[in-house]
Amino acid sequence: MSAPRPAPRNGAAPRPTLAVFKLASCDGCQLTLLDCEDELLTVAGRVEIAHFLEASSAVRPGPYDLALVEGSVTTPQDAERVREIRAAARFLVTIGACATAGGIQALRDFADVEEFRATVYARPDYIATLATSTPVSAHVPVDFELRGCPIDRGQLLEVITAFLAGRKPDVPDHSVCFACKRRGTVCVTVAHGTPCLGPVTHAGCGAICPAYGRGCYGCFGPSGSVNLPALIPLLRRDGMSEDDVRRALRTYNAASFVEVEGAGAGGAGVKGAPS
Amino acid sequence: MTHRGSRVLHVGPLARVEGEGALHLTVDDGTVTGAELRIYEPPRFFEAFLRGRSHTEPPDITARVCGICPVAYQMSACRAVEDACGVTVDGQLAALRRLLYCGEWIESQILHIHLLHAPDFLGVDGAVELARTQRAHVERGLRIKQAGNAILEQLGGRAIHPVNVRLGGFHRVPATGELGPLAERLRRARDDAWQTVCWVAGFDFPDAGLDHALLALAEPGRYAIDSGTPTVMAAPHTHGLPSGTAAPLPLRQFPVYAFPSEVTEEQVPYSTALQAALDGERYLTGSLARYAISGRWLSPLAQEAARAGGLGDPAAGKVCRNPFRSIVVRAVEALYAIDEALRIIDAYEPPPRPYVAVPPRAGTGHGATEAPRGLLYHRYTLDAAGLITAATLVPPTSQNQGAIEDDLRRLVQARLDTGAGDTEAELTALCERGIRNHDPCISCSAHFLDLTVDTVDRARRSPPCP
Repeated sequence: MSAPRPAPRNGAAPRPTLAVFKLASCDGCQLTLLDCEDELLTVAGRVEIAHFLEASSAVRPGPYDLALVEGSVTTPQDAERVREIRAAARFLVTIGACATAGGIQALRDFADVEEFRATVYARPDYIATLATSTPVSAHVPVDFELRGCPIDRGQLLEVITAFLAGRKPDVPDHSVCFACKRRGTVCVTVAHGTPCLGPVTHAGCGAICPAYGRGCYGCFGPSGSVNLPALIPLLRRDGMSEDDVRRALRTYNAASFVEVEGAGAGGAGVKGAPS
Repeated sequence: MTHRGSRVLHVGPLARVEGEGALHLTVDDGTVTGAELRIYEPPRFFEAFLRGRSHTEPPDITARVCGICPVAYQMSACRAVEDACGVTVDGQLAALRRLLYCGEWIESQILHIHLLHAPDFLGVDGAVELARTQRAHVERGLRIKQAGNAILEQLGGRAIHPVNVRLGGFHRVPATGELGPLAERLRRARDDAWQTVCWVAGFDFPDAGLDHALLALAEPGRYAIDSGTPTVMAAPHTHGLPSGTAAPLPLRQFPVYAFPSEVTEEQVPYSTALQAALDGERYLTGSLARYAISGRWLSPLAQEAARAGGLGDPAAGKVCRNPFRSIVVRAVEALYAIDEALRIIDAYEPPPRPYVAVPPRAGTGHGATEAPRGLLYHRYTLDAAGLITAATLVPPTSQNQGAIEDDLRRLVQARLDTGAGDTEAELTALCERGIRNHDPCISCSAHFLDLTVDTVDRARRSPPCP
């Protein structure tokens, strides 16, 4: 990952251009930008929004200084589009679990996509799709990945601000547990025996779930240092069956938790065939 | 294939919507003979991968279908699973669910009005461009939207994909007095929303009318949001009336469990979204349908706003079938949602428990609620252990797709009949407006509109009759 640098902004130089693109996704991550009600007009004053279809019909051709990409690659056309976006973007930042980890739709990676297609569509032959849902980084080099399903507004503003300031975004990769401590939330696992993926999940959301009395369900994907073999017995102790554990790890960031399982979990990992 | 003198026009993309689609129009000697809304959002297979999941999972998982209306998915999912398990959630827990849903209505309707739709009427590309000349209106919209998001954030944990919803209620409910600061913000938003009704009511509305049946939930005594019985208002032509008539027409109801037999979905070769039909015909769900069927149940303030906004008197059953005026109806609905949220907060007392237990049992359950874009139906079949064996989600967009196609066909035909000789760009802009009148939200099933016009023998088209 390279640190973003600003476009030249001396004197009458044009403002840096921002483009937002969408692949297979729910639009929630780009909506996060529109949900920055207090900052939206300020941000719009600092950059030139050159391509952001959810917000404006005005579309300017690249090259773009900063491209934000939401969504995963699930069609041959999108695999091609993502290469075009990369070629047009000075910095490419993926926003959200889909673009960064394949998203919930990567559940097809562990299933028979032909059977999926036949389940949902009477005429599956009309539907063109890839057998996998892959992150943008599987196709092109990515400068920065912002996690979350959805991404956090504060982190998004930090990435855009860092880009404008020419510095590395301050988005630490510690676990949700750190955020819980900072927030002063009593540990739901220790105090209530509630199963929680917080110890293995990337921080960023602000540790919302434990603050609302539920365990973290892993929507930001694995953190930088994941010790699944230590966590899984705890989840089992707190009442989760093996199937429960497997489903919990294989949802919003299915592919990336499975990668971690494969790399480090060993015998204490989740057994059984992928669901 | 096109004929001599014909051409194929590629125009796009469609902006200020959510999702990806294309429109293919066929114009034969001056008559629009075909309009196909091609939603090519890549399929994500939710109905397939819900199988094998626990009955507790659909509220969180289906929220991910749509970033603009996650609460709608959570609420329809809860209702359907609870129905399968024979559990009813009522009292303050039901009131809190409605409050959360009001937050989504406010956020989503104001987003649609101020950021996606109003620019059409004012001839600008988007809200950022609009802010250069009409900053106060944009800032007001952002303030109201923020008030809606504040409900979602406080009660749901976050605005997009809230985390606090669970089967039977919530993980945590607010303590006494905790919602007070929210009420203060909402009272300011209520004044702002009134101003928004007045602002959009002053736009220039083309004459247009819809001739479809309307489908919405109805619940006597209050405007249906989180519950109600599916209710159909007949199409004008079935009563020999012109399209766009403001007269109320007969209503028919069916229980939500009859939805699969009343509403049939079929696949069309050009779209990844299924198309729904009611009694074999195209129909419309959403703001215009809700207002037609339940307008008299709006709060007094919202009814006053409807009259002030030029919609006539909803208490007298006045209906709006001009799709361009849907922006006014949406503004009235946003005002209602704020008013309703305040009513719920004023009456709130913490329930004894944050949720009721929903033990699994084998069976099939149905759930329907009113997403901002229209009726959203879920159905799940569970086994005795509570694992899902079959799931069906019918989003508003797939229900509206046929009616939108028909509406676009009429819009383009009316333009061709004026003999104006519009350019492709002008026709695209018109069609984009037509879509945004209904729905900015085609990713439920699907952001590009590539408009293709097959113009058959356009060069030989006769001028319209005087």
